[in-house]
Amino acid sequence: MDRMEATVLLDEKAIERSISRITHHILEKNNGSGNLSLIGIRTRGVYLAKRIQEQIKAIEKKEIPVGILDITMYRDDVFKLKTPEVKKTEISFDVNNITIVLVDDVMHTGRTTRAAIDAIMDLGRPKRIQLAVLVDRGSREMPIHPDYRGIFHPATADQEIFVKLREVDGLDEVILTQSA
Amino acid sequence: MSWPYKDLLGTRELSKEEILLILHTAESFKEISRRDIKKVPTLRGKTIITAFYEPSTRTRVSFEIAAKRLSADTISISGTTSSAVKGETLKDTGKNLESMRPDVIVIRHSMPGAPHILAKALASSIINGGDGAHEHPTQALLDLFTIREKKGGLDGLKVAIVGDIAHSRVARSNIFAMKKFDMDVTCCGPPTMIPPFLEDLGVNVEYKLDKALADKDVIMMLRIQKERGGVSVIPSVKEYAMLYSLKEEHLQKANNGVIIMHPGPMNRGIEISDAVADGPYSVILDQVENGVAVRMAILFLLLGGES
Repeated sequence: MDRMEATVLLDEKAIERSISRITHHILEKNNGSGNLSLIGIRTRGVYLAKRIQEQIKAIEKKEIPVGILDITMYRDDVFKLKTPEVKKTEISFDVNNITIVLVDDVMHTGRTTRAAIDAIMDLGRPKRIQLAVLVDRGSREMPIHPDYRGIFHPATADQEIFVKLREVDGLDEVILTQSA
Repeated sequence: MSWPYKDLLGTRELSKEEILLILHTAESFKEISRRDIKKVPTLRGKTIITAFYEPSTRTRVSFEIAAKRLSADTISISGTTSSAVKGETLKDTGKNLESMRPDVIVIRHSMPGAPHILAKALASSIINGGDGAHEHPTQALLDLFTIREKKGGLDGLKVAIVGDIAHSRVARSNIFAMKKFDMDVTCCGPPTMIPPFLEDLGVNVEYKLDKALADKDVIMMLRIQKERGGVSVIPSVKEYAMLYSLKEEHLQKANNGVIIMHPGPMNRGIEISDAVADGPYSVILDQVENGVAVRMAILFLLLGGES
């Protein structure tokens, strides 16, 4: 592999501020947390969703449900994956007639979001689905756009953006790597 | 880890890690069968043929439901309605089916090794749905899934497998799989139903039922394989039932929380009493439910991912 150069796009403080802003924006747009549920897309979307849940709890004094979604079964490239691994989807609440905020770490082509929307629609008919992402790296291949985003950082094909979260990676950091 | 094989022919050639991958994957698929809309698009556009040359209720329906819940198309043929009755060889049937581009063929056949012949001859993935008295890998895998779900793990558990061991592909596939988890397996039945050199597979042999059941965590009852000559090796079915039928009073010998398994079809009153089959320790219907999830996982692992 080529040598990789890494740039930090967001540090711990900046991630915290982004999540805080997204949380307030979600509450503003939905007039509070009534009828609201979060669904995190595995793996890091789940931890971001839980952090948004905690912040909503601090503001609204109310714990809203968080579901976990694994989109492997809905991917459009499942036969091209070297090692397809399916993990559990855990959505214990009724998705009918509620507002769902899908949470993911990085938004790129929009294909993951497409798969996630299909997966949720198989569980019922929510009133609306919104999308929150920490990093939008552009280069969409689907007509899908986030409702809430931490940062917009257009990245080229030879760049990768990694979100690291303390729950899985031991630290909070968003980095951009460039294959040299 | 990824799935390295084109086919699933037996548990003998699987590693512990590969078995765990199947069980782990099946856990994720189990939830789909409990949804209102019991379908995901994962295997859209894939074709699965079930070719059963021996009777089956559970295995065939289980495979077809598993495939349909993953959005694959299924076609089933059976021995009596296929061109086998007109004299076509198994290999020719396989080659002809392959020309219609199926992705998976599930085969059950009375001849041990029949799936292996197809696996060598065809590019399609072959799943062994039971070959003679040789192997029935998907049954053993769903049994392990059920044991793990009920007992919280597999390693070191004590198991009794009781019945017509000599003619049982379920026993064989389970023994191969269980020994990979260092499970302590005791086989029990009349001497004529215990094959020679069985101990070479690392299992204990016990001819008395109450002795075999002592301190066991799992009891697996098997039926007499009449179609493979099981009745001819015992004096009478009545005598067999007197000596080897699992009744409630036997369960006191086993460990607390023992689970009772049976791969089906059950012959009530012969190898198992109503009270046990329908009792609180029975996980027989859980086995059937889990069979769908395990077969979904197997189809997914065989078809998903680059070959």
